[in-house]
Amino acid sequence: PKVTAEVLAHLEHLALVDFRDAEGVERLQKAIQFADQLQEVNTDGVEPMDSVLEDRCLYLREDDVTEGNCAKELLKNAREKVEEYFVAPPGNIPLPKLDEQETSLQGS
Amino acid sequence: LAPWVPVVGLEIHAQISSNSKLFSGSQVQFAAPPNSLVSFFDASLPGTLPVLNRRCVEAAVMTGLALNCSINKKCLFDRKHYFYADLPAGYQITQQRVPIAVNGNLSYSLCIGNKMSQMVTRTVRIKQIQLEQDSGKSLHDDTRSQTLVDLNRAGVGLMEVVMEPDMCCGEEAAAAVRELQLILQTLGSSQAVMAEGQLRVDANVSVHHPGEPYGVRTEVKNINSIRYLAKAVDYEIQRQIEELENGGTILNETRAFDSKLGCTVPMRDKEGKQDYRFMPEPNLPPLILYDAKSLPANMNHQQVVNIDWIHERLPDLPSVKRAKLVEQYGILPEHSFILLNEDGLTEFFENVVRQTQMMPRKVIGWILNDLLSYLKQHSLTVKESPVSSSLLADLLNLLEKKEISAAAAKQVLAELWKGEGKTPLEIVKEKKLELIQDLKELEQICQAVIDGHENEVIMMVLG
Repeated sequence: PKVTAEVLAHLEHLALVDFRDAEGVERLQKAIQFADQLQEVNTDGVEPMDSVLEDRCLYLREDDVTEGNCAKELLKNAREKVEEYFVAPPGNIPLPKLDEQETSLQGS
Repeated sequence: LAPWVPVVGLEIHAQISSNSKLFSGSQVQFAAPPNSLVSFFDASLPGTLPVLNRRCVEAAVMTGLALNCSINKKCLFDRKHYFYADLPAGYQITQQRVPIAVNGNLSYSLCIGNKMSQMVTRTVRIKQIQLEQDSGKSLHDDTRSQTLVDLNRAGVGLMEVVMEPDMCCGEEAAAAVRELQLILQTLGSSQAVMAEGQLRVDANVSVHHPGEPYGVRTEVKNINSIRYLAKAVDYEIQRQIEELENGGTILNETRAFDSKLGCTVPMRDKEGKQDYRFMPEPNLPPLILYDAKSLPANMNHQQVVNIDWIHERLPDLPSVKRAKLVEQYGILPEHSFILLNEDGLTEFFENVVRQTQMMPRKVIGWILNDLLSYLKQHSLTVKESPVSSSLLADLLNLLEKKEISAAAAKQVLAELWKGEGKTPLEIVKEKKLELIQDLKELEQICQAVIDGHENEVIMMVLG
């Protein structure tokens, strides 16, 4: 199956990954082909396993306050801060639309 | 014009009332210095892992049982991915595949018509209840083109209650949410105060013609009170009907309710359909719940959530409390609704009944018509009432013993509201409101009236 420009744009939008050039798209295509080999396994009547932890016991914690009160430490990681708040750009920055992306791909 | 059938479903997020968060040990508290209630896990620092809080599980089981749900003895956690500044991990841990409780129902009551006495009961199906994390808070600073992020709320436990689209208007939605709120508060699983963000409601609204398939639905967010919920839903129903009747189409979008303008507007950052790329939460094994039958013999108490144990300890739900009040005191069902609706009013009523000889059936009139209307007029809560239950009981006793008339009692009550510390008896004596019991004295007064109004008497005798 070929990776269309729409699918590519959708993936880039979701994962915030820039596939940038033809080589990137080719690598993506190969990765999909590699993963598609899973389809060859017959899983009829087999319960899906969604976690290797499925037979472990999920530990339950007591409802006690044991952490927090480390605003200073946490904010050390912030490039920008305003009075103990983290600073982020206003809302989600929209990615360039599909047409603009195609032009940039052709350019590289 | 063909009739329209509006369809309303609700997604309600209730903050779990617990000391610490769903997957970490930082404190849950409203209004604290920014980022002071944040652990390394809440900030999504690498190497941190979620650890499930047992209290949150118990809260969800209680709520599921109260809503007649089936509790899933094995439920799973998943990741829901999307990018936003107040979601540091880039995903929310939720329960998409197998939530903790499913297939319940909630009964609520409505007044139809103008009289309060015409109450009907409706039911809404509960699709499921799931445990999930709350996100942090974003403060948008448009002037400086930035967003300030406070993660105090990030990771707080939520119960998402999904109500099927069984409602048809704002009034039904509001009544259903109000009943859910009362249930949560009775259980103590959530304090459910909408103003503090402990109860958030999103409405899904669509319209269609009878017999035709359901129409495209919109999601309405940013509803901050039960009153606004009714308004937002009714507005959206109208908007959709008008749009369709004018030949337009409804977009499957998310809209925000603007309380100032009383309308819904498209929400920014929500254009286009979201793909959340759900995947199992790899760091959490399945959550197993037990009941009396399945409980293994030598298991550590602290590691067990026993559904039957929780069921046995459920308090009386609002519907049961109301039925008991009606049976015990002989009051009307609609009275019991009002009693439960006002914080502290039932207690007040029962205190008065205990201290007076007057029939509860008569006491309720004084509570609902006189006490409550005064409190509402002056925006006071029952706890702030200048008239205590003992004072009111004293007054009602005077009335019951026929020492004063009902009209006089109302006068005394008006004086009592001033809160000057006088007893009813003192006020009666002060204002000379005692009923005259002496027959001779009454005869004399009547005779004097007749004597003083000869003309009127003649008119009356002539008919």
